[in-house]
Amino acid sequence: MSEQISHAGDPISEEDGDPGQYHLRLYVAGQTQKSMAALANLKRVCEQHLAGRYDIEVVDLLKNPQLAAGDQILAIPTLVRRLPAPLKRIIGDLSNTEKVLVGLDIRPRDPSAPGKP
Amino acid sequence: MTSEHTTASLPKARTGIDGFDDVTFGGLPAGRPSLVCGAAGCGKTLFATTFLVNGATLYDEPGVFMSFEERADDLSANVASLGYDLDGLVAAGKIAVDHVKVERSEIEETGEYDLEGLFIRLGYAVDTIKAKRVVLDTIETLFAGLSDAAVLRSELRRLFGWLKERGLTAIITGERGEGQLTRQGLEEYVSDCVVLLDNRVEDQITTRRLRIVKYRGSAHGTNEYPFLIDEQGISVLPVTAADLSYKVSDEIVSTGVESLDAMFGPGGLFRGSSVLISGSAGTGKTTISSHTIDAACAHGERCMSFVFEESGEQICRNAHSVGLDLRRHLDTGLLRFEAARPSLYGLEMHLARMHRDIEQFRPSVVVIDPISALRGPEVELQATLLRMVDMLKARGITAVFTSLRTDGAFGQSSDLGLSSLMDVWIKLQDVEANGERSRTLYVIKARGMSHSNQVREFQMSAAGLKLVDAYIGPAGVLTGTARIVQEAQEEAAALRRQQDSERRKRDVTRRRQSIERQIAELRDSLETAEEEETLLLDEDTQRETLLTIERTDIARRRSAAE
Repeated sequence: MSEQISHAGDPISEEDGDPGQYHLRLYVAGQTQKSMAALANLKRVCEQHLAGRYDIEVVDLLKNPQLAAGDQILAIPTLVRRLPAPLKRIIGDLSNTEKVLVGLDIRPRDPSAPGKP
Repeated sequence: MTSEHTTASLPKARTGIDGFDDVTFGGLPAGRPSLVCGAAGCGKTLFATTFLVNGATLYDEPGVFMSFEERADDLSANVASLGYDLDGLVAAGKIAVDHVKVERSEIEETGEYDLEGLFIRLGYAVDTIKAKRVVLDTIETLFAGLSDAAVLRSELRRLFGWLKERGLTAIITGERGEGQLTRQGLEEYVSDCVVLLDNRVEDQITTRRLRIVKYRGSAHGTNEYPFLIDEQGISVLPVTAADLSYKVSDEIVSTGVESLDAMFGPGGLFRGSSVLISGSAGTGKTTISSHTIDAACAHGERCMSFVFEESGEQICRNAHSVGLDLRRHLDTGLLRFEAARPSLYGLEMHLARMHRDIEQFRPSVVVIDPISALRGPEVELQATLLRMVDMLKARGITAVFTSLRTDGAFGQSSDLGLSSLMDVWIKLQDVEANGERSRTLYVIKARGMSHSNQVREFQMSAAGLKLVDAYIGPAGVLTGTARIVQEAQEEAAALRRQQDSERRKRDVTRRRQSIERQIAELRDSLETAEEEETLLLDEDTQRETLLTIERTDIARRRSAAE
């Protein structure tokens, strides 16, 4: 698993199989500054680290409030990694790229490994 | 009952919790959040759930339960023990339960966020069932799940503001913290109403207590009130009638003993009065109270008897020996016995159970036999009994308390009187003299009516109770055989006196007769004397006449001779 992830960290990875497919869902509430920032940050991180292996679904809870309970949404914005399992939640505007990568298990939770820009 | 209090001040939402609405004069502040705090296991969740369930079932106010600790299944299982069908209410759309799971290990925080998601969830649930009530249990769990306390605080402040804005009556529960009411100082944000729950163990008996720490814009009871959680929910036990403003009745009810009724001016007791029957063991306290029960049931009134030393069966059997058939009242359902050992519960629990039983059965006569069996700290005992008397009075229930203490006090070393709470005090006393024991009865006080000040001897037989005027005379008060002996002596003396007087009467007659006889004799002799006198007078006249004749004759003869 960790091997795959280290490959995934490689921008020129050719392994686009299903196990590496990232299904991400970003919960926002309207076009707030934090929400917009989160979406922009997420897109940037994904393009850098998961190019071609991700899809992002944006859920606006103002339009679909009934969806909030299902994914145990509390904070806004919340990024939920639906796939690969297990389910992961990252809250905040995703401004700290390092933490986003760790949170999405793109990079192992290891401070000795220096992050890429 | 407290409607005049509620209308004057801010609008309130009734919780439907027995007693709590009385203490707060109407319930929690409507349309505002209230904080319910206390240590673990003191009933916060239950309090909040009761508030919601009652809102949904009694007051047509649907509610949202947002749980941060228990899952929805656990919650409904837990409150099912109180008879709440949470699942049914959820299915009926009267209650919505939302479990908010906050697991720190699953959440990564990167950058700024707010709790808009929570607002949306709550708002959605509220809108779906058109909720008027909200419970957040226990929102402080968020502080364990999320690390940015500053954000949380500002968001909570916003949440409480939001609740107020939406006009939702909310209960926010909080765990008791060190040196403050809640761990995170929620009381700073929820400032309208704060209720503190407590669970204390004293003398191995647990008593739950509730205190209203603050209630902005409303009067409220400030004491610590005991409360009770059992299979029938929560009851808070307020000193209901602190202002002593219950209605009084002029109606007279019988004590069930005719001659005892006669000792009271109006011929009985006022309905709704509290009667203390005190006396040492075996003086007939229970028997008198059994008579009162029988009399009331015979009139078709409901009676409830709380017995602490005997079973109901035993009382029925014993009453049979004085000619009372209490069983038939049990059969018709007019009479109910509630027997429990005094040590079974704490004082408060006893009171609470009585309170509830009385609410359900709605008796017009209540007997507590004996009240002296209740044990507890002196002060608490008095407070409890005071509440008990208040509760009965407020309902216009005639109450008969029996007590083993002959001086009308509660405990062994106190002069705090039970008697001062009572309207009528009947004292039974043993009088031991001449090797026998007899029972006497006094009426020590009877508020608002004249009553006999005399001692009565009180007899129990198969024909029932009977009061006999005790002998009161120069030799003191006598009862029992001594009274009978004394009465016999008096009878003998009276006979003697009667005989004496008859004898004297006879003497006088005799004397009178003898005098009359003497008078007759004298009159006889007088008559004799008169006769003699007449006789003598006649003789004298004859003699004179004869002499005259003779003298004339002689004279004539003399002249002839010349």
